[in-house]
Amino acid sequence: MGPALPTRQLVLLSAVGLAIFFGIWTGAAWLELAPRRFLPMPWDVIDRAFKLTETRFSGQTLQGHLVISVERYLRGFILAVLVGVPLGLLMGWYRWLDYIVTPVFDALRFVAPIAWVPFAALWFGTGIGGPTMIIFAGAFPPCLINAYRGARYVETRYIEAAQTLGASGLRVVREVLLPASLPSIIAGLRISAGAGWQSLIGAELIAANAGVGLMMVRGQAALDTSIVMVGMIAVGLIGLLIDVALRGAETWIKAKQGH
Amino acid sequence: MADIVLDGVSRVFGHGDKRFVALDKVSYTVADNEFVAVVGPSGCGKTTCMRMAAGLEFPTSGTCKVGGKIVDRPGPDRAVVFQQFALFPWKTVQQNIDFGLRSLNVPRSEAGDRIAASIKLMGLEGYEAAYPHQLSGGMQQRVAIARAYVLNPQVLLMDEPFGALDAQTRTVMQEELLRVGRINPRTVMFITHAVEEAVYLADRVIVMTRRPGRIKETIDVKPVRLAEKWDNYERIEDVMDLESFVHLRTRIWRLLREQHDPADH
Ligand SMILES: Nc1ncnc2c1ncn2[C@@H]1O[C@H](COP(=O)(O)OP(=O)(O)O)[C@@H](O)[C@H]1O
Ligand SMILES: [Mg+2]
Repeated sequence: MGPALPTRQLVLLSAVGLAIFFGIWTGAAWLELAPRRFLPMPWDVIDRAFKLTETRFSGQTLQGHLVISVERYLRGFILAVLVGVPLGLLMGWYRWLDYIVTPVFDALRFVAPIAWVPFAALWFGTGIGGPTMIIFAGAFPPCLINAYRGARYVETRYIEAAQTLGASGLRVVREVLLPASLPSIIAGLRISAGAGWQSLIGAELIAANAGVGLMMVRGQAALDTSIVMVGMIAVGLIGLLIDVALRGAETWIKAKQGH
Repeated sequence: MADIVLDGVSRVFGHGDKRFVALDKVSYTVADNEFVAVVGPSGCGKTTCMRMAAGLEFPTSGTCKVGGKIVDRPGPDRAVVFQQFALFPWKTVQQNIDFGLRSLNVPRSEAGDRIAASIKLMGLEGYEAAYPHQLSGGMQQRVAIARAYVLNPQVLLMDEPFGALDAQTRTVMQEELLRVGRINPRTVMFITHAVEEAVYLADRVIVMTRRPGRIKETIDVKPVRLAEKWDNYERIEDVMDLESFVHLRTRIWRLLREQHDPADH
């Protein structure tokens, strides 16, 4: 990569990028490259977004659908972190646990989260349980893998220091492996957050009783493309917010540890 | 009783072409409450010996016993000061020093007092809440020493602990180590390449040779120290001026020079 640019230029360049994007969109819509109904103008979509916040579509307003999706997402993501990170760290310390979990995990992680949708719907329903399971399936592997790798690459001198100071295995995991792997874990959480959010929307497109994904499929069924686009934009913005939050956490932790 | 006994210890690293003998039938004893300094060219196996006493490394053949028991694991009864400090970067000075006390389940109020005392001893007042990366190399080394001292262990294993200190601090630490040792003697294995430091601090100095690592000679300092009344002098430079000191120092220098490999330069 080239040298870093001053913030003012970066902001300007980002604005140029967005302007080009909307320019191409507007141009394509104006030339009617696709029928106007299927490729609406940007301002039509924005207008539609405002309307969706006032009137219900498929049982909920836009914010109603978003709240439902985000709530499911948080449940699944937090569950994945709470199970994946400790399990990964423990596997990085206890060899026997590594040998028990790894074969099962390696086989299952190549199954795309979406492939679980039929089972998730049958086992846990299309309300909260099913979608939560899909998010979990998407978000769990990066949590576990990054915690595990982080733990395996901790410098031996820290582990040895802890052992000479009398630390038990669990204390080594909690007070050495966990803090030493935090940068790797946070990087994993970023991947995991993205994967979980994508899996959720995918799952809601297929089987759900509410949520942004459902709003988008219903919009498509009604041949109302602007609703689908509102959904896409909302999904993108929330994904961006999640990533920005985790990136902030990453910077904060690195600064604290003096990297 | 907390003596360290290395009995016919060999350590081989690597296999095939890369196979090499780091330690070759090394035997020595650090008696209970004795202070032994180990000197030798770098790569002669000083650190490896110390790691065996610490339970971090194991002999290929021979035995290493501490307090009559074969060492099979690390533990807070043998405090280690590592060559590269190994302070936890994510813990403050206070938390680093506290780490071992928590393993020993020392009551919190007592732990507080002990930490404060060791912080005072090492001149770290005011840095309790600092993180290691905010400290200079010398300050980090003091934290590493405080973390070991605070455990009040029967056995102290120190790997070039004053290496990163500036000359003045180093002198203060050496005098302090001697003073603390007189009040509360313990078994110390002290690795250094500074010959004067070894003679000043130790009851005995072990000189090692390289390739393979062996013991060349053991020099008894304690009888000389007692006979010449080194303890009557407060300051290190006064001891270093004594003829008896110079004589021992020169003898060790010669032993190290003899094995100096010209191919190294
Ligand atoms: N884990 C290891 N694997 C391979 N070689 C090692 C290992 N530990 C030490 N050695 C080698 O053994 C020799 C002695 O090392 P060490 O005890 O650190 O020497 P010293 O502390 O006297 O400088 C060195 O040549 C070193 O490279
Ligand atoms: Mg060494």
